[in-house]
Parts: sequence; C-alpha cells; structure tokens
Amino acid sequence: MIVRELELDLDAFEGPFDLLLTLVLKDELELREIDVAGIVLSFLERLAERETLDLEACGEFLVLISALLELKARGLFPEEAAELAELEPEAAAEELARRLAEYRRMKDAAGWLRERLETEGDRFFRLGPAPLAPKLETPLAPQQPERLAQVLRLLAVEPKQVSLAHMALRFPPVTQFLERFRAVLRRRSRFDFDGEVAQLSRVEQAVAFLALLELRRSGEIVIDQAAPFAPIRVARTGEEKIDRDERTVGWNVRSA
Amino acid sequence: MERPLRLIAGNPLDQLARTIEALLVIASAPLSVDELADAADDHAERVETALRLVGERYQEGRSGIVLEQVAGGWAFRASRDAADACARLFEKPAQRNLSQASLETLAIVAYLGPCSRPDIARIRGVSADSAVANLVERGLIAEAGRDDAAGAIRYRTTPLFERVFGLESLSQLPRLDDIGEDTEQIRERLHAVAEQRTA
Repeated sequence: MIVRELELDLDAFEGPFDLLLTLVLKDELELREIDVAGIVLSFLERLAERETLDLEACGEFLVLISALLELKARGLFPEEAAELAELEPEAAAEELARRLAEYRRMKDAAGWLRERLETEGDRFFRLGPAPLAPKLETPLAPQQPERLAQVLRLLAVEPKQVSLAHMALRFPPVTQFLERFRAVLRRRSRFDFDGEVAQLSRVEQAVAFLALLELRRSGEIVIDQAAPFAPIRVARTGEEKIDRDERTVGWNVRSA
Repeated sequence: MERPLRLIAGNPLDQLARTIEALLVIASAPLSVDELADAADDHAERVETALRLVGERYQEGRSGIVLEQVAGGWAFRASRDAADACARLFEKPAQRNLSQASLETLAIVAYLGPCSRPDIARIRGVSADSAVANLVERGLIAEAGRDDAAGAIRYRTTPLFERVFGLESLSQLPRLDDIGEDTEQIRERLHAVAEQRTA
C-alpha cells in the first residue's frame, strides 16, 4: 500500500494524499480547512480492507500525518502556542482540558440540534419575505391644474442667451504699447510704469509689460525697480541715472 | 338560508379569533401578540385569549393546519400527518444535509452569539469560513454588527433557525452545563493517559 496514493474525499479537498501535501506545502491550500481526522479515517479504512498489517505504510503515514498536524496547530494558534509554551505543565494541561471541554460541550450541543432536526423534520411551514406593513401614503394638498399649467408656462420660456464675452480674452497688440511708450519717452526722459498703466485692464497691463520688456531687449530703455513689487521706473537709454532720493521717497510713499 | 360557519359558537371573541386566523394565514413569518393586536386593532390580552381559541381548533390531529408558538410569535404550519405529502411538494433547503461542521458552528452561534468567525474557529479548531457562509446562505444565521476590538463581523441565529428547530426562543435550548462532559472529567482522562504513557 502506498500512502501517497491514498485517495481522499474531504469537504475541502478531493484527490490523492500526495497532491494534498504538495498543495499545502505550496500554500495553495489552507491547512485550516482540512479535516485531518478525515484523512486518518480514510487511511484506517484502506488499512482495514487489507488482511495483513502494512507496518511500512503505517510508519510513513504516521510521519506525514504528524507533520501535517503540527503545521496545522501552528497555523491555528500562532500566538496561543507561544502563550501555552510559557505555561507550567500542570497549567497547560488545565488549559487544554478547559478548551477540550468547551469544544466537547459545543459538539454535544450540535448533537442535540441534529436530534431535534430529526424529530422536528416533519414540520412544514410557509416561507417567504417578511410581511410588509401597508405603505404610508404621503397626503397631497388639493391640486389646481390651472396653477400647474401657469407654472409650467413660466418654465417653458426660452432662457436668456448667456453672454460668453468674458470667455474669450482679447489681447491688444504689443505694438500698440511700443508706440505709446516711445511717444511718452519722446516727451519725457523717464516715467513710472505703474502710473502709466494704472487706468488699463489687467490684460492690457500684462501686454504693456510685454512691450516694456521688448523695449528693454532692443536697448531703447533702462528699467529700474528698487524692490520686488516696488514701482517700475523706465528711462531712455543714457538717462538711467535716476535720482536715488527721489526713487526712495517714491517707493516709500507708494508702499505705505 | 345557509348559516355562516362559526369558529366557536357563542363566544364573544369569535370575531377576533377569525381575524387572527386571517392574519396568520397571510403571514409568512411568526407574528407576535403585539403585531396581531396592532393589526387587529384590539387589546393584547384579548388577542391572547382569542389565540387560545384558535389553538384549540388548530391542534395536531384535528386539522391539516396546526397553530404553534415558535420563534417568538405565533404561526401556522402543516400538520405532521401531512409531512410526506408536503415533502413531495417542496424540498426544505434550510435544513437539508446540514453537515457536522455546520451544526457545530450553528450550536456555537446559538449559545455564544453574537460571535465572530475567529471565535468559532478558536473553539472548533478549524476555520469556520465555509460553514458560516453556508449557514448565512441557508438563512439560519445572520450578521449582527462587528466585534468591538478586532472589527470582525459577528453572527447570531435568525428567527428561521428557531422555526426550523421548533423553538419558541433560544432559551428553549438545553443548558450547556447539562450536556457534555465537564472539565473535571476531561482532566481526569488526560491524567490517566499521561500516567499510562509514563508507566
């Protein structure tokens, strides 16, 4: 008799014993799900079918099944095993007896349920969804069809066209500001950028700033700013010596 | 002229008894006295008295229908004489082929519930996942909140469980102390085995 070829028919597994071992070792089968007593029973049945006692098979089976049991015990009680190891033999036996008694009581309770099922098995009754109480109806106020039509007419009016004008940003051409600043610089040697664009929209101010950078790049102007966010002073090239006192005062006044 | 059938002739609770009969016949689950009283728009005490009248008529052996007190309420069921015919008409999936694992799990939930799958696994020594899923599918147990500490789902038995097992309530289960060996007996056996091995 070859133990590994023992055919098993358990709740969680059906097939030869060696396949079960392989699956368990590969972690593809939860050992917790396996009823080890079932394996032992299958083995004993096979053993009983034979007339001679196969000691070799028994030995092999004992080794395999005890290894399986140890693995299962460790899997089931990873922490409790450590707890139990620390107990004195007497206390460990006590704990074991307590747990066995607890299980035994539940097993006997299950036996009682089975008996009860047999004696009560001839009870037939109607099964179905829980009876529903009548649904509460929400009372409605008296209805006026004319009023409803009136309200619907209000809703049926075509809505006003929504202006999307603000969606499209209109950028004035940079050249417009190039010309403007050049004209200013022809009249004055220097000017204050913030003052010059104060009346313009944000988009126009941004374009004006681009024009300023353009003029700076072409070397027509010199830009000076005392500190971040301070007024930007613009001067014709060659006129960049801006009076320091004037600049400081200007910065202070505007920043205050 | 045909005379109307009377349940119990001359009893002042006759009408209420007939109403209760009607309510029980349309119900698919046991009805409590309060539910019957609400639906019949009558007093609970009168309903209890009327139930006794209905029960007298619908007793085992007198009718194909039997009134029983089960799962915290009152319900009609088929008489036992008709069980074979009923079984031919339909199967009883809730309790058919309950495995030993399922029965043990059911016992644990019935006695210790609400309890979680880890609680059951600790007592039985094997994973309870498939047994619990099976019992939930049969409608014999249901979820009942979560474990405070670990957050595991806890289970309790359902009214269907009580109905299938013919219990008025869970208190009708035998006391755990009255069944099974006690710790003392098991301890003695353990010691006896240990002594044999060391001898």
